[in-house]
Amino acid sequence: MKVQRLQILDDDGKLLNPDLEPNIPKETLIRALETMVQVRLLDEKGIRLQRQGKVTFHIFTKGQEAHVAAALALSDDDWVYPAYREHGIALFRGFSLEDLVNHLFANIKDKEKGRRLPGLFGSLKHNFVNPSAPIGTQIIQAAGTAYAMKMQKEEKVTAVFFGDGASSSNDFHSGLNFGGVTKSPVIFICQNNQWAISVPFRRQTAAENIVDRAKGYGIEGIQIDGNDFLAFYTAVKQARERALRGEGPTLIESITYRVTPHTSSDDPKAYRSEEEVKKWEQKDPIKRFKNYLIGKKYISEKDYEKMVERNSELLDELIDKAETLPKPGLSTLFDDVFETIPPYLLEEKEELLEFYKEA
Amino acid sequence: MVETNMVGAINMALREEMERDESVVVLGEDVGKDGGVFKVTAGLIDKFGPERILDTPLNESGIIGFAVGMALKGMRPVAEIQFIDFIWPAADQIISEAAKFRYRSGGEFTVPMVIRSPYGGGVKGAHYHSQSPESIFAHTAGIKIAVPSNPYEAKGLLLSAIRDPDPVLFMEPKRIYRAFTQEVPEGEYTIPLGEADVVREGSDVTLVSYGSMLHVTLDAALMAEEQHGISCEVINLRSIVPLDIETIGRSVTKTGRFISVSEAPRTAGFSAELSALVAERWIEYMESPIFRVTGYDTPFPMILESQYLPTPERVLAKIVESYNY
Ligand SMILES: Cc1ncc(C[n+]2csc(CCOP(=O)(O)OP(=O)(O)O)c2C)c(N)n1
Ligand SMILES: [Mg+2]
Repeated sequence: MKVQRLQILDDDGKLLNPDLEPNIPKETLIRALETMVQVRLLDEKGIRLQRQGKVTFHIFTKGQEAHVAAALALSDDDWVYPAYREHGIALFRGFSLEDLVNHLFANIKDKEKGRRLPGLFGSLKHNFVNPSAPIGTQIIQAAGTAYAMKMQKEEKVTAVFFGDGASSSNDFHSGLNFGGVTKSPVIFICQNNQWAISVPFRRQTAAENIVDRAKGYGIEGIQIDGNDFLAFYTAVKQARERALRGEGPTLIESITYRVTPHTSSDDPKAYRSEEEVKKWEQKDPIKRFKNYLIGKKYISEKDYEKMVERNSELLDELIDKAETLPKPGLSTLFDDVFETIPPYLLEEKEELLEFYKEA
Repeated sequence: MVETNMVGAINMALREEMERDESVVVLGEDVGKDGGVFKVTAGLIDKFGPERILDTPLNESGIIGFAVGMALKGMRPVAEIQFIDFIWPAADQIISEAAKFRYRSGGEFTVPMVIRSPYGGGVKGAHYHSQSPESIFAHTAGIKIAVPSNPYEAKGLLLSAIRDPDPVLFMEPKRIYRAFTQEVPEGEYTIPLGEADVVREGSDVTLVSYGSMLHVTLDAALMAEEQHGISCEVINLRSIVPLDIETIGRSVTKTGRFISVSEAPRTAGFSAELSALVAERWIEYMESPIFRVTGYDTPFPMILESQYLPTPERVLAKIVESYNY
């Protein structure tokens, strides 16, 4: 099926179609750019920390920062289920960089108590759901959350992110099917970055596009240039309006590219060419969005450089601080298994504490 | 003979068996060009092509259900689940299907397939790259479970698993995938499923383990000898279904003391089964309580994983407690 792909900015950040330009306040746009810059910097510093053995793991976001647009198009009260490359949504909603850095270090201030791979975090306060690692599970959950919003008569929607690989999961089917049948206010956002570790998109489905599948579930679908901030914003905003009008879910297929390895554990040399990566680097979402803002005279190149520098320094300070903090104590192992610890678990806890006290 | 680690030994087993038997097919996520995220299937696609080394969509119930269908039709699929933590979407296909076909059809339809999957902690993989869910499958009638503890065993057990007429879950202790090398014979040899190995003889305490915990157990046995003069017999199960209970019996009737070591959570873990079996059969021989050293009944942590997992010191403490009882 041939589909139209929504694109508003060209690869250099010039307006392709001025009629489609959304009306977003200047300050909001600049804050969005700053969030994208922070996400990029976290990526650069995060992998370095992993290579130095200071954090256990790193998951990349580079090239997919346009997802921040969804945070602008949604209300802060809307729920977002991230996959694991959507840190920008949490940051834009006010999740602090300090909290995020402490999480990466899995130190005593990490809300996840040093239990999760760095990058797998959530925040109830920011309606940003704690992610799993099993791929796809969040897709059906998002449909359920959206249904709850409808039942509770709240003017809210739920948006859920997932990858092209996840579109093969059982829960993708369940999610789109349940969402469609219940006409729940849910937005399915597939970040089709062309790869699921080493498996190319072509091996996930024989369908030409992921968005083609919307029809089979009786829901709305739209494909966008996922590296185009304005297209991303526009698609999510329209999907949100439809959802709030009671018209049900939308599947947004965002065409993007994972320009990095899958995670710190991956080496893409085994399975893909450098040229392909280079080609996609031309479509860098930060470059395009920055150029758009420069074109509008909202910022200058110099402002941008300062923005990068300022955030880089800030992050370095936060990293230095986070590094010195101790790791969560032994007894936290048994916290949060249940609301109150049952006797058998208390016994295990005492056994462990006793053992390591002696040792 | 080839000096290789466990990854190399499994790769060798797959390669040789695919050469020998055209019905053997490998399928899973990233098993092709990438050679698997742990490189266990590295190079196989070059030799056998993308039809026999099938990179699948990201869907575990698909991988297993597809393999069940192939096995029913006379193929010998070896399905890879990238981490055993991601096996649950396939639970239905394993528990309700692969493990039930023979019985529900009166022996007419059979599913000779292998599910290979890395399991276990010790790699800072946190909740979902660390678990050890063998007891859930041991609780499922109709599927065998093998767990190698070294390269030599990995090859011999995998060949048995592929040739077995029934489904076999082959759990690979990823923590020791590359921890050490060993001489592994080229060509055919098998280690039967259901035969344990006494890896250290001793007279005071019987220790039973499998997979990566075997090494923790052996370290503890050595410490017990050196620091306390306690002589431990160590049994490596190699397969937990079927279980070689005779070898355990021969040992506990001699030592009168029994400790099993497994890294899974304590409650209803495979160690609980071992304790029960020993208690039922040989309680009158026992000179101390039947003990187990296990993980805790919490989700798998990250920062605290070395405290969560059994260590030689934790096993040693139990050995001493048992001995001095
Ligand atoms: C159920 C499940 N199977 C396998 C994995 C291992 N795994 C982690 S990420 C990944 C690829 C995901 O690809 P995609 O959904 O496209 O997301 P991307 O990483 O490209 O953003 C795989 C196979 C997993 N986490 N969960
Ligand atoms: Mg992908």
